[in-house]
Amino acid sequence: MARFTGKKAKETPELNMGSMSDIIFMLLFFFMVITTMRESTLFVKITPPQGTEVSKLEKKSLVSYINIGVPTPQFQATYGKEPCIQLNDQIAEVSDIATFVELERSARSEADRPLLTMAIKADQDAKMGMISDIKQELRATGAFRIFYNARKGKE
Amino acid sequence: MAKRKTPGLNTSSMSDISFLLLTFFLMTSSINTDMGIARRLPPPVPENTEIPDVRERNIFVVMINSKDKVLFNGEVGDVSLLKDRAKEFLGNPNDDPNLPEKENVVIDGLKKHYPNGYPVSKGVISLRNDRGTSYDIYFRVQNELAAAINEMRNELSNAEFSKGYADITEQQREAIDAAIPIAISEAEPTKIGGNN
Repeated sequence: MARFTGKKAKETPELNMGSMSDIIFMLLFFFMVITTMRESTLFVKITPPQGTEVSKLEKKSLVSYINIGVPTPQFQATYGKEPCIQLNDQIAEVSDIATFVELERSARSEADRPLLTMAIKADQDAKMGMISDIKQELRATGAFRIFYNARKGKE
Repeated sequence: MAKRKTPGLNTSSMSDISFLLLTFFLMTSSINTDMGIARRLPPPVPENTEIPDVRERNIFVVMINSKDKVLFNGEVGDVSLLKDRAKEFLGNPNDDPNLPEKENVVIDGLKKHYPNGYPVSKGVISLRNDRGTSYDIYFRVQNELAAAINEMRNELSNAEFSKGYADITEQQREAIDAAIPIAISEAEPTKIGGNN
């Protein structure tokens, strides 16, 4: 047996870490490429009004947007030049708000439903007539939490 | 000259460097957040409800017409004046008989300095606009009213807890919110300035 015991003790070979960074970068790029921000393309042009007292919109998952503005030039042929409402991916009417709220509610869990906030993202030139109509619809459907989108700015 | 073998670079710390970079950008980057003013709509009023009597001294009427002119308490004024007027109205520091009444309400968080209750103003800001009012001016009015309330809350918070409204605990904030409520009432818009 002497010829076995006499053998030099084996050292564990060191791992080559050189390609570790390549693997990590590859992972990073992979996730960078496949992630898309869930955001619908806007058909309407919105310049929110400016305000000084604005606060951050908390809990983005509990927010649904109501966009109000004049359609952008490439959509003016389809939707006209009057301010209109965009809900998710389509132009809608004031009367569609109730269905929209119901849809948005059913997409949330039971516990989150009362916390659903409707963010009114309106152009500064939009008229209050339309916005009041929307607010009345929201009141009727029981969506009481609203949020007026704005830009932070000086007076 | 003998050919020398170039020693291999130790790249094991490369991953550390890339992780460091990744974490740095993870921490510093923020997806653009939405800013704005949060408000609560009142629940719908059932039909045939009696309109509660509110004394005239308790109402501060702000009207905006379709030409975006702002009228508050009977005078046409600039939006920039609105904040101070609203503060004067809601605060009523000298107990002026023409400004709103106050009702002592015992608030748990404010018992230290107000054991008999904090004088909560009964004042209501009534905001009326036309269908032709632009959203811009409406928002600026809302902004000024929010500024008035925020300033008053901040002052009370500084006096009570020696900290700004933004830095106090949730419980303290509830106490302040109860002492200075957001008393803005919105009327149905008029239709004088045309439709939409």
